[in-house]
Amino acid sequence: MNFDLNFIGILIGAIMASSVPLILAASGELIAERSGVLNLGVEGMMIIGAISGFALMIVTDNLFFAVIGSMLSGLIISLIFGLLTQSLLTNHVATGLALTIFGIGMSAMIGKNFVGIPGKEFPLLLDNLKESIPFLGPIFFGHSIILYFAFGLPFLTNYFLKKTKTGLIIRAVGDSPTSASNQGINVTLVRYSCILYGGAMCGLAGAYLSLIYTPQWIENMTGGRGWIALALVVFATWSPIKVLIGALIFGGITILQLHMQAAGLRIPVQLLSALPYIMTIIVLVVISRDSRKIKLNTPTSLGQIFYKEK
Amino acid sequence: MIKIEKRNDVSRSIYFLTPVLAIFLTLFGGGIIFYILGFNPIEALKFFFITPISDLYGLSELLVKATPLCLIAIGLSFCFKSNNWNIGAEGQLIFGGIVGGGVALLFYNHGGFYVLPIIILSGAIGGMLFAMIPAILKTYFNTNEILVSLMLVYVAKLLLDYLVVGPWSNPEGFNFPETRQFSESARMPILFDGLRIHAGIFITLITVFLSWLILYKTYLGFQIKVSGLSLKTAKYAGYKGKTMIIIVFMISGACAGLAGVGEITGPIGQLHRNISPDYGFTAIIVAFLGRLNPVGIIFASLIVALTYLGAETAQIFLQVPKYTGQVFQGMILFFLLGSDYLLFFKIKFLGLKKNEL
Repeated sequence: MNFDLNFIGILIGAIMASSVPLILAASGELIAERSGVLNLGVEGMMIIGAISGFALMIVTDNLFFAVIGSMLSGLIISLIFGLLTQSLLTNHVATGLALTIFGIGMSAMIGKNFVGIPGKEFPLLLDNLKESIPFLGPIFFGHSIILYFAFGLPFLTNYFLKKTKTGLIIRAVGDSPTSASNQGINVTLVRYSCILYGGAMCGLAGAYLSLIYTPQWIENMTGGRGWIALALVVFATWSPIKVLIGALIFGGITILQLHMQAAGLRIPVQLLSALPYIMTIIVLVVISRDSRKIKLNTPTSLGQIFYKEK
Repeated sequence: MIKIEKRNDVSRSIYFLTPVLAIFLTLFGGGIIFYILGFNPIEALKFFFITPISDLYGLSELLVKATPLCLIAIGLSFCFKSNNWNIGAEGQLIFGGIVGGGVALLFYNHGGFYVLPIIILSGAIGGMLFAMIPAILKTYFNTNEILVSLMLVYVAKLLLDYLVVGPWSNPEGFNFPETRQFSESARMPILFDGLRIHAGIFITLITVFLSWLILYKTYLGFQIKVSGLSLKTAKYAGYKGKTMIIIVFMISGACAGLAGVGEITGPIGQLHRNISPDYGFTAIIVAFLGRLNPVGIIFASLIVALTYLGAETAQIFLQVPKYTGQVFQGMILFFLLGSDYLLFFKIKFLGLKKNEL
């Protein structure tokens, strides 16, 4: 292994790229969970976004349509979840699970004719600076616009939740839907919007995978990233900034594991791959042990059905 | 003017009829999807749901797939009935398979009637212990069992991967990621020559009967049901919540472990990377479709097993991906959950009253 400065820069750039889908999906899910909705369909919405983005890219040859289309399709598929949990008052866990199973199947059906087609090149910003500046170049330049958006998103989300009125309303709905409703807030509408936003972000996360990260369509290509994104939200105790940090750690382990494999280190790859999951469990135990601490952070009504007698 | 009212009591006949409604809606929805994809919907549905079970071999395959699904779903019904969300049955299945498979490899050179029962038992214990992790963390550290049991699925998958690639891989296997074929005495007896249906089906049927006994004829079953209906009531009645949570997880883990060991000693006969086509997740659908009722779960497991077979047939005849089965599985659950609305609410169509005009 070569440990010169430039190599470390390239490594950090790679870690950033691999954490992008996690940041996007987890930020979207975070908003939904803050409003009290537990959507386990992240994996399903991501994979639908991945195939829609890729298919639109091949068919229309237009990047803009592909990216917007992936977000729209994530939004549409999350509408099923919204309709069931918010209007038909179904159980969040079961509905989310159905969404993931359905999404994986549906994406494979849509993607049948797109297997094996090479993807198009996605424009990278300031790619020439990547080579010319050592260390900092590969970190800051030569990424897609989606990466820059993803790295800004947690800060935007944080500001939105803490400083804006809409953010406050979302948190109020998540913490006490009944009192929010008594204040005249339309709980169902707020939750619908949060679910749809989460769906759009998951769709974008999927498109990042199929358009930029590994530009092609492979069945089941999200490969469990949706579940990691879900874990990440808990790992971050529902704080957007911590989502960013967590995603970098999870992304870092993925990249590190690839390099260690290449370097022939004698640590089982599987152990490294299992680390993010084991760490999530440990973090869960640490934050949940103190019931006051978890109450401080967890949206109180998470996963509960809200029904208003009309 | 439409008015929606909460029902005071749930009709039992509607309760067991809505799953049938959900199945019909799924067929209809599937037909529409096939039509959009350019297939003749009737033809496609026939390939999916009739062709696979139109001969003896197909029927046997249906039972081979329903055996683990039913077993896992029965176990899950204990958890779900008492409001414990164990969604990591897939991990418990794999871990049971690992432990059972390890014992089978240990007894590689032994023959004898005792080998198979030991393997089966150790698989059940493996699944049980693995399910106790989320249960103990939930009861003593207040952690969310959904996330812990889910994370453990991936840990179990990676552990299996490590074992079949590394220490347990077949020494004469040219580095294929698989173990040796288990010896004959470690295999489930085949029931009919030429078919794959094996003795595991009896384990499933016995488990169904035992769980019916526990759920409906014992105090534990009563406690489980009460805790599911109202935690407050359960606490007021003085039930030991923690013990019960651990017991339901142990039962469901043991069932998943049994399913895992049944697969590796039955149709598979060795350990490799993919010992389960997501049976642990699909069984959640089976449990819901069967209304968490032992008899209901038997029927539900047959129907969901058919989606697996249908996907395989459709893959050959219609060249659709094998994941197509999941479209149907997802839809069944969507429609089932959605139609539950009719159970708890009634929709009244009223004429417009004068003062509303």
